[in-house]
Amino acid sequence: MNVGVLGAGAVGGSVVELAEEYGHTVTVFADSQSAVVDPDGIDAAAALSAKRTDGRVGSADPEAALDAEYDVLVEATPTTLGDAEPGFSHVRTALERDRHVVLANKGPIAERYGDIRRLEAESAGTVRFEATVGGALPVISTIEGFGPSRVGSLHGVLNGTANFILSRMSAEGLDYEHVLVEAQDLGVAETDPTFDVDGTDTALKGVIVANLLFEGEYSLEDASIEGIQALSGNMLELAREDGQTVRLIAEVRNGNIRVSPRLVPRESPVAPSGTHNAVQLTVEDAGQVTLSGRGAGGAETATAVLADVGRLGENRR
Amino acid sequence: MSEAESSVQSYTLRLELVDEPGELLRSLKPIAEKGGNLLSIFHERGNVTPRGYIPVVVDVEATPDRFEKIVEALSQTNINVIQAGTERYSKELTVLLSGHLINTDFSNTLSRIQETRSATVTDISISAPQGSTETSSARVRMATQAGSKDEVLASIREIAEEKDLRIVEPLVAGGHT
Repeated sequence: MNVGVLGAGAVGGSVVELAEEYGHTVTVFADSQSAVVDPDGIDAAAALSAKRTDGRVGSADPEAALDAEYDVLVEATPTTLGDAEPGFSHVRTALERDRHVVLANKGPIAERYGDIRRLEAESAGTVRFEATVGGALPVISTIEGFGPSRVGSLHGVLNGTANFILSRMSAEGLDYEHVLVEAQDLGVAETDPTFDVDGTDTALKGVIVANLLFEGEYSLEDASIEGIQALSGNMLELAREDGQTVRLIAEVRNGNIRVSPRLVPRESPVAPSGTHNAVQLTVEDAGQVTLSGRGAGGAETATAVLADVGRLGENRR
Repeated sequence: MSEAESSVQSYTLRLELVDEPGELLRSLKPIAEKGGNLLSIFHERGNVTPRGYIPVVVDVEATPDRFEKIVEALSQTNINVIQAGTERYSKELTVLLSGHLINTDFSNTLSRIQETRSATVTDISISAPQGSTETSSARVRMATQAGSKDEVLASIREIAEEKDLRIVEPLVAGGHT
């Protein structure tokens, strides 16, 4: 497959780096400032090196990227809320050109699910979004595999940063502020960790799952969200004394999306440690199905993007 | 008092005791003091619950009003009453609370939880590292009647909102399954 990649952050960069290994050719690569286009395949190493040294992937106009040649457009620009721009327009342009779209950007599929599905219905292209939920974990394809109508609910941990902070608070009896600084030093938390710790990022993932499970047009506004900022070290300690811990849990059930810190048994499958994610699906006739592993990271998330690209390739044949 | 209420009946009490010397005796004291007649005690010494408690089954004879007082006295001594008579307190529910717990009258908070009548508080642990005037946290364990957990949680949420307390609810209401 010929792949166009928009976004040169950790995920977009890793997709470009790994694409060849997965049997695909990157024909377009763009960040917000620049682009590199070559129908025979770009020089991935050169573009990534240019991004690192000059902050630009190439010398072409980023506007040219969308109109260039590709079978699949990988949308890996930063997630935006509300109208989900510019990600949404990128998706629309690709679908109007009858190209496939693989999203790593949560915005369009969380905030404008209905619009995306309508555009997809009129296009020969297909939209896939495995990478938007749970990084490397195949949450979306597992739900699709069982059939969304057979999956009753999902609950679990979908944000590695919040989980890291809570695991550390629980293990060391430290307060939130202290652990946050440590997480920032380690590069686990971003300089502005707001969306990770206030529950927004987890809620976006919950909304995406709800859109799939309940065929609805859910958006962030439909989620009830509570973050982890106000939790104290001694709350975690009290939980620990009782064989429990606290995790930031997304719960998608009965048409509701709820994100909140919850008490869970320490040995619970949905109480992963460190930056890991873990979710349980309740599946008709199959009971609880648990997925756990690395829920973030450039290379990890890129594997989910490339798995989607691979699925689109199989469908084409 | 009606004939039925004054008549002596036999009841089964299921308790969970901390594994410490003297706990069994401490659990039986309220029964004797409140006028219950002990019929049998089954002390499952070797059968510790996953949470490290020792289950005890006590059969007792008492009038209904005396039996009610016995259950009340047991709850006040921090002994976990899992089942009392025919009223099954079968589901455990644990929540964390934090905020100005002491300043907002913690015992009032607890008695209002009890007032829901579907829950009995069985265990409380408070952590107030900066003294009683600062923010403190508590873990409150309750035994709830089967099927009433959502109702109990809704009441606690209401109390927490009113007193500006933070509440952390269990993921699976009832916690340990």
